[in-house]
Amino acid sequence: MSVSIDQAFALARQEGRSAFIPFMTGGFPSPEACREIVLALDGCGADVIELGIPFSDPLADGPVIQASSKQALDQGVTPASVLALAAELSPRLKAALVVMTYYNPVLRMGLQRFAASASQAGVSGVIVPDLPPEEAGPWLEAARGAGLDTIFMAAPTTPPERLEVIRECCRGFLYYVSMTGVTGAGLNVDQELARGVARVRQGSSLPVAVGFGVAEAAQARALAGLADGVIVGSALVKRAQQAAGPGQAAEAVGALARELAQGLAQGPSV
Amino acid sequence: MPRLQPSSTEPRPWSQQPDQAGRFGAYGGRFVPETLMPALGELAAAYDEALGDPAFQAELDELLEHYAGRATPLYEARNLSANWGGARVFLKREDLTHTGAHKINNALGQVLLAKRMGKKRIIAETGAGQHGVATATAAALMGLDCVVYMGTLDMERQALNVTRMRMLGTRVEPVTSGSRSLKDAVNEALRDWVTNVRTTHYILGSVVGPHPYPRMVRDFQAVIGREARAQILARTGRLPDALMACVGAGSNAIGLFHPFLDDPVQMIGVEAAGLGLATGKHSASLSAGTPGVLHGCSLYLLQDEHGQVTEAHSIAAGLDYPGVGPEHGLLKDLGRVSYLTATDEEALEAFMELARAEGIIPALESSHALARAKDVASVLGSEAMVLVCLSGRGDKDVAQVAERLGARLEK
Repeated sequence: MSVSIDQAFALARQEGRSAFIPFMTGGFPSPEACREIVLALDGCGADVIELGIPFSDPLADGPVIQASSKQALDQGVTPASVLALAAELSPRLKAALVVMTYYNPVLRMGLQRFAASASQAGVSGVIVPDLPPEEAGPWLEAARGAGLDTIFMAAPTTPPERLEVIRECCRGFLYYVSMTGVTGAGLNVDQELARGVARVRQGSSLPVAVGFGVAEAAQARALAGLADGVIVGSALVKRAQQAAGPGQAAEAVGALARELAQGLAQGPSV
Repeated sequence: MPRLQPSSTEPRPWSQQPDQAGRFGAYGGRFVPETLMPALGELAAAYDEALGDPAFQAELDELLEHYAGRATPLYEARNLSANWGGARVFLKREDLTHTGAHKINNALGQVLLAKRMGKKRIIAETGAGQHGVATATAAALMGLDCVVYMGTLDMERQALNVTRMRMLGTRVEPVTSGSRSLKDAVNEALRDWVTNVRTTHYILGSVVGPHPYPRMVRDFQAVIGREARAQILARTGRLPDALMACVGAGSNAIGLFHPFLDDPVQMIGVEAAGLGLATGKHSASLSAGTPGVLHGCSLYLLQDEHGQVTEAHSIAAGLDYPGVGPEHGLLKDLGRVSYLTATDEEALEAFMELARAEGIIPALESSHALARAKDVASVLGSEAMVLVCLSGRGDKDVAQVAERLGARLEK
């Protein structure tokens, strides 16, 4: 039985730390290396692991995840093959597994079929960055029917009344986008971000995880006191890209993941 | 081809589109990252407010008339009619607008809206460069900073327009991802907008993207159809039998068609068949695509079995896009508009034919409409009238066509 998102956050809370949520593009840098990377992330203290389904037009992503998506697609990675990888790995993971995908591949597979496949694969939740609550009705029905958590995003630009709508649709955790921008841009953990996170945490029991632009242990540490979870994507994907070969990717990714997890476990330096 | 629609006063399924959520039947909507959702709400509200403000429309009309050169002529192409041996052929001369294509209609409307919203920076995507040039022009006029995203493949084949944009003070940002053409330029423009949404207005160039773009761009382009309808009635005392326009993402076509939707007039959009539909190298999203979601809306899309968007191909950079505006999807499903295709080769022939028969060098995009207009006109009687949208002029294409035709030009 795979770990649920609720269990993963509960454990982190018990241990008095923010949850560590690494992301990796599914099938990158190769399908085999991706399997090793996910296992390495799990062994380095990940609480939730996000596996991305590569898409041809990832408009919320910066250059690093774009390039990794293209490389995965060029090797024949498909939504079904990423879900098959999830099915293979989920029983072995201590972390909860979530899938991040743009909407078109989900639509193409069919909402019910996608939700059922993900659920059978031991996936706990799904993030669809280009599906706002207004368009999500059919997906919510399919995902809930399959027992999947539907994770939604809130942004610095989200006004209070929209935040309510987002929370109503959101299960598992709320993904707070740290800045106006795409994944992998430079992030300043400053007062504005602190206020933004505090705003979306207030008045809701839903855990809030912060993502976009978190690249270093120091940033993770600074965020540890602010958010229930910290998401790191591009920086880890970049490590996999820069590794000498796919065989070395898991080790390279694991080294950074350990630093990030330690930063989170130590908590804010104040 | 569909039968002529009976005239009646009942509301038609294509009227009153889109709904409040930006839906044209099953298509349209708003599929974008959360960061942009509030901005789209603000844009829709600002647009509604502008529509209700006579001063906004007056300022736009003034610019369209004295700056862009509207109304554009409706020219009867008698030599073409004689060549084709059938219906009378009328050309709506959008090629004669300032900057040389219909794109200026939308760029001026949106730049006025941007100014009204207090935005200091404009971004846009471009394929053929016509929307980029129109936006660069409007931004220069209004004194706004402007960045245009353009695929490097398109920068090569439309070098003239790249230079024009730079002369107008716009920064042209090369896009090297994916197919290095229009689709990827839209991705980059959206990424810029997500990053700079508080200061920036994105002038999307066609009837695609998240609500309110498909509606707003249509409304700004509908001046084409309103003028054409009045002009042909004044000239001939009746409506044309058929309207024709090329369809990439579909802005000139919807602009021409929309004011005629409730009329008993047949409408035909012509998509780019590229090297031929069977080769897979084409941009015919309606003729060969399936519904999907790209760039913020639900639309007919060229995609593979896994939902990955496939690369479009057309000799005409402005048609080289794997989706088509949501309202076209609805009009196709309702059978109100029929959609045909023309290949690269057929477009080139039509390009040369118009140049030689009428002394007009059309854009390669518009040449697709001409290629099928020939078939339509030749099967109709000499009393019939076909009205074709000549969406742009061909100066930007001369180098590409010369290279392609080579020795055939000497004849």
